Amino acid sequence: MNILRILLIKTILKNRWPQFVIMIIALAGFLLAILSGLFGTPVGSRNFGVVFVWIAWWAILMLVTVPFLGRGWCSICPIPAPGEWLQRGAMLGPRKQGEGLRRRWPNRFRNIWLQNGTFLLVALFSTVILTQPRVTAIVLAAFLFVAVGASLVFERRAFCRYLCPVGGFIGLYSQLAPIEVRVIDTTVCAAHTEKTCYTGSAEGYGCPWDVFPPGMVKNTYCGACMECLRTCPHDNIAINIRSFGADLSVERNRKLDEAYKAFIMLGATAIYSAVLLGPWGALKLAAYSVGTLHWLAYVASFLTLICLALPGTFWLTVWSGKRLSGSELPTKKLFIGQSYALVPLGLSAWVAFSLSFVFANFSYVLAALSDPFGWGWNLLGTAALHWTPWLTGLTPFLQVGVLVGGFIWAAAASRKIAAEKAGSAQAVKLSAPVIVFCLAFTLTLMGLLVA
Amino acid sequence: MKRMVVSWAILGAAALLVAFAHINVHPETPGIERVFRVEAGDFAYSPAVLTVNPGDKVTIELVSTDVVHGLYVDGYDVSVTADPGQPATLSFTANRSGTFRLRCSVTCGALHPFMIGKLQVGSSLLFWRGIGLAFLALAGILFFRQPSLATEN
Repeated sequence: MNILRILLIKTILKNRWPQFVIMIIALAGFLLAILSGLFGTPVGSRNFGVVFVWIAWWAILMLVTVPFLGRGWCSICPIPAPGEWLQRGAMLGPRKQGEGLRRRWPNRFRNIWLQNGTFLLVALFSTVILTQPRVTAIVLAAFLFVAVGASLVFERRAFCRYLCPVGGFIGLYSQLAPIEVRVIDTTVCAAHTEKTCYTGSAEGYGCPWDVFPPGMVKNTYCGACMECLRTCPHDNIAINIRSFGADLSVERNRKLDEAYKAFIMLGATAIYSAVLLGPWGALKLAAYSVGTLHWLAYVASFLTLICLALPGTFWLTVWSGKRLSGSELPTKKLFIGQSYALVPLGLSAWVAFSLSFVFANFSYVLAALSDPFGWGWNLLGTAALHWTPWLTGLTPFLQVGVLVGGFIWAAAASRKIAAEKAGSAQAVKLSAPVIVFCLAFTLTLMGLLVA
Repeated sequence: MKRMVVSWAILGAAALLVAFAHINVHPETPGIERVFRVEAGDFAYSPAVLTVNPGDKVTIELVSTDVVHGLYVDGYDVSVTADPGQPATLSFTANRSGTFRLRCSVTCGALHPFMIGKLQVGSSLLFWRGIGLAFLALAGILFFRQPSLATEN
């Protein structure tokens, strides 16, 4: 169903002002998070920067926008905004020549390996970033500066597309969202020689995400910025409501860098569940004590598990499925294809992980809103609110439901991907080991979060 | 088609049974008094896991070894706070089975939100139900769901 048939929605999305206003509000919140991190209380649970970013924003991102809106957050993300305004020389519609060198992003980096790297870099320091306001502020400011720099050197949104550690996993999981921006009729595009959706026009910019809309078959790199909606002179852009996970069935453009992103996200959620939410104090201190031998051991374990052990085990899993089924396809192709079954498994794992601490700590948000810097203000009258855990009795039930649901989804995806190049019986054998892998991961995470 | 519907109905019924059936794994026994001395320091509890039986009267003596710490028990909604050098006591009857997180209820430093322990009351039935549901799902996927997938695409 194309929701742009509803005139009100189409008008709102085509107009730049609603998106701009939300982005400005988000930017104000982002700058406040940086300022409160730098100048506010060093107590994380009382500082707007830590509380708002790692509890409120994270909750909205992982529990709402990513599962239901895909890259919905990217469409209003404030981080690339200042750089993009400079690059365009305008804050709204295209008016004049902007600043910057407008270089093309190097071909060898036109993938998400760098994003995998930036995510791992942030992940290794995450225990400190999550808990120390000043470090949170420095990281957020670094994102902003790198985004501005990327906009001034490269064309379009190079930071979002190739560098942002958050954008990488949002893109991966946006394949599951029940919403997509797509071209209605590609023959209309074929006859449209100007290709304004990519090159831009007086109505809007060429795709900031460097995606050619007529060729788009997956959500992964579509930032839902609505520029193509504005620049298409033929009204040939749709925003479709679709079934969850529709992109997993798309065989085209499956790549090793995205497969690795699935492993990184899967491994990270298991490690965080053990380190942050487990009862083992020594693990927490090791992850927190940056630069010490314990931390180095943590880093080595983290990287070994995520970059070697998990993909290695999965490779063996896929290889055994190949042997079992007698498939003639190369193991690498099967490995990459089957790794997309880990996308729903990973998202459900992150949702279950997030449920653990988001509700338990959400009451800090109300206090931090009232006193963002921890300076004794009481803007909303809620600064003195004591910590009140919410829904902690219900959370484990939700987590079990989410994890089992994620497993079913992953298993169905594995079977469906296997069936693309195999008969039904062969697909069953090909996917069986992968399904067992997914089951083992699900039970491990359930053990860490619920048992 | 009919066989498929019957299969799914059986699987659905089994799933409902696993998820909601009342299982009394702990026969009614008089609870005993259990006293734990829990040290709180360096963003961890020691011992980190407290194991009791349903019906036990639990007394936790919280001893803070560095700064002020609290101990909140998920699911029971009870808490206690201890200053360094001044142990504090929390008592309650463990009348709910399962695994419950212990959380520090007083901001105690950087890792405060992740200062977590566990109270294990009997067996974690929810975890076992989760395992049961996952294996039922596995059975459903491996044995019941056998459509001609290649033609679906």
